[in-house]
Amino acid sequence: MLSLLTFPLGGVHPPESKKLTEGLSIEPMPVPDELEVILGQHIGAPCTPIVAKRADVKEGDIIGTVTKGLGVPLHAPAAGKIKDMGMSAHPMRTSAPSITITVDHEAVPAVYEKRDWEKLEPQELLAGVRDGGIIGIGGAGFPTHVKLSPPADNPINTLILNGAECEPYITADHRQMVECAGDIVEGAKILLKILGIQKCVIGIENNKPDAIAAMTKAAKEGSTSKYLIAVNALKVKYPQGSEKQLIQAVTGRKVPAFALPSAVGVVVQNVSTARAVYDAVGLGKPLCEKVVTISGKGIKRQANLLVKIGTKVSDIVAYLGGTVPGLTKVVMGGPMMGFAVSNLDVPVTKTTSAILFLTADEIDTRPHSQCIRCGWCLDACPMGLEPKEIGIYVEANRAEDTEPLGVFECFECGSCAYVCPAKRPLVQFIRLAKMKAKRK
Amino acid sequence: MWTVVACLVPPLIISVFIFGIQTLIITAVSVVSCVAVEAASQKLLGREVTIKDGSAVITGMLLAFVIPPGVSPLLPILAAVMAIYIGKHILGGIGYNFFNPALLGRAFLLATFPVAMTSAWLPPLQNGSIMKYIGGIDAVTTATPLAVMKEHGMAAFTKAFGSGGDMYLHFFLGWRPGCIGETSGLLILLGGLFLIYKGYTTWHIPVSILGTIALLSWAFGGKGYFTGDPLLAVLSGGALLGAFFMANDYVTCPTNKRSQIVYGIGIGALTVLIRLKGGYPEGICYAILLMNPLSPVFDGWFKPKRFAPPQGGAK
Repeated sequence: MLSLLTFPLGGVHPPESKKLTEGLSIEPMPVPDELEVILGQHIGAPCTPIVAKRADVKEGDIIGTVTKGLGVPLHAPAAGKIKDMGMSAHPMRTSAPSITITVDHEAVPAVYEKRDWEKLEPQELLAGVRDGGIIGIGGAGFPTHVKLSPPADNPINTLILNGAECEPYITADHRQMVECAGDIVEGAKILLKILGIQKCVIGIENNKPDAIAAMTKAAKEGSTSKYLIAVNALKVKYPQGSEKQLIQAVTGRKVPAFALPSAVGVVVQNVSTARAVYDAVGLGKPLCEKVVTISGKGIKRQANLLVKIGTKVSDIVAYLGGTVPGLTKVVMGGPMMGFAVSNLDVPVTKTTSAILFLTADEIDTRPHSQCIRCGWCLDACPMGLEPKEIGIYVEANRAEDTEPLGVFECFECGSCAYVCPAKRPLVQFIRLAKMKAKRK
Repeated sequence: MWTVVACLVPPLIISVFIFGIQTLIITAVSVVSCVAVEAASQKLLGREVTIKDGSAVITGMLLAFVIPPGVSPLLPILAAVMAIYIGKHILGGIGYNFFNPALLGRAFLLATFPVAMTSAWLPPLQNGSIMKYIGGIDAVTTATPLAVMKEHGMAAFTKAFGSGGDMYLHFFLGWRPGCIGETSGLLILLGGLFLIYKGYTTWHIPVSILGTIALLSWAFGGKGYFTGDPLLAVLSGGALLGAFFMANDYVTCPTNKRSQIVYGIGIGALTVLIRLKGGYPEGICYAILLMNPLSPVFDGWFKPKRFAPPQGGAK
């Protein structure tokens, strides 16, 4: 076996905690009685509703569109009646406008038929990706069709599928790679055709040997003279799945600060996004459901659930048998980059990859103390920044002066806060610094 | 923090066998007064009392380690006030002190009790009679190897401490006059290597200090150029203790690896300069104290390497 690929600068290795769910097959969760579909699912302007109150909708009907800027249409995740257009709880923005659908459990289930996408032109495929409501569902939420239309002066030669899944606990991509390897490879071929290139590399962290085996087999079967798809095993190191780090690990190229991957001829998509692309283009099925890892010791039963977009966390908790005494923190997303939520009415969005129910022994809730200048954060930072300096500036009320320290190059992976012996909330300091430096 | 304390225990135990139970008393007084001064300072300044974090215990142990074993137990009490209250809490508490507190305490004692601090040495005991000095120390009977070498030259040194393998072995194990915790090179080295192995510290500072001391002592420490004894230079005085437990104190050393190496070379060079040309036989204490406030300067010179600069130069 070849030596494992990785990025050289910084990085940490937190406990993986994936054993809880990595062996559990994807389990479709029954559709709850009510779905709250948030209008702003992706980066850019939120959708505008195009349905009226009390209107009947079928699964896959468009209920919101974007009139300006980046964006993709929003589809009804299930058949039912529009109950309300109000506000929903949101993990980051506390609340956000949404459409509430009362689900019609009697409705005829939607049927999707396989289409021969090979006959379509790249432009038609691209339109299919946009109309299917596809965004980067690995977490960033960037509209996929925009990523697939790079500026003309940056020729693309490599597509990288991100199967690193470097965040602890999360196994949603892992299970999809094991169970739906063929669909992911088919999605990769659609993406290659849109980009007009041949080469696709799928990067997977080495702690998922079954996923590597399944994807290698599917890639071999799916590769033709037109599409060259290969799997690369990556070293288990956080944040291996970060776009810039993954590109460096796989191609050796460094994306300049503030530039997009297209600057070095690369487009990166998550493996689950590739699968959604296949669903949208190959089956005509828009993005209305999501595989979400439900884990942590604070929930009765852990699972990799296939849930409808708009399913509330409280419905998931009820389905899995409730929480366990000792539950201390609920996090949407991974433990490194996710957001703690204070309200279980938060609905699942297209970018939700995990919901973690953590008990006191899984997290550290001790208060933080002063910076002792040990410099561990310098060694952990994959971007070569000095997180401690930014924290000290913020505490000294000089957050707006942190731009020369590279605060905007930080992508908030949390490696610094993870290693900090003083438990300093460095990511929060940096978010504050970004806000104030932007306002300056 | 407590791991560092654990690493300091073996040199303390061996010190009891070398110099007698007196060293344990001095160390205990030093630790207790450091913790007490820390608690009192934090109360006085209206801060949270954090004596449980172990940092005052480390300062207390290190402070005792760099004073001679034959001094009065009053000295560490005074030094603790200087180290913890003036050197640490007045400046803002842990993280904001720019001098190593323990060394500041030693420097204070050197200035205020110069005779005791430069002559209260005890000769190593034979046959493990560790209770020998209980009840009063009457005679100052010896001098440290570096002092003998400085004042009387190499011939006197050989007469007093022998030469060759036996001498190196004695020095490495700790059987020589010196400060309480600095003599056993072996145990200090083991403790330091353990901290590096555990990832609490890195090799950069100790290696650059000891390498510089060895190199410069070899070049300039003998009668002619390049005739000095680099091994002896590293094993004598407080070089090992300073390199592994003092200079790499998180708060007062630079954070960037490249600046750490420059800082280490600076400490090594100043140590040799003081040893060979200065007024004191040993210089690492002042060398570290002189380099401590330069740490932020070095960190300003050497920034970590960024992942990739923006396209077309800086924004």
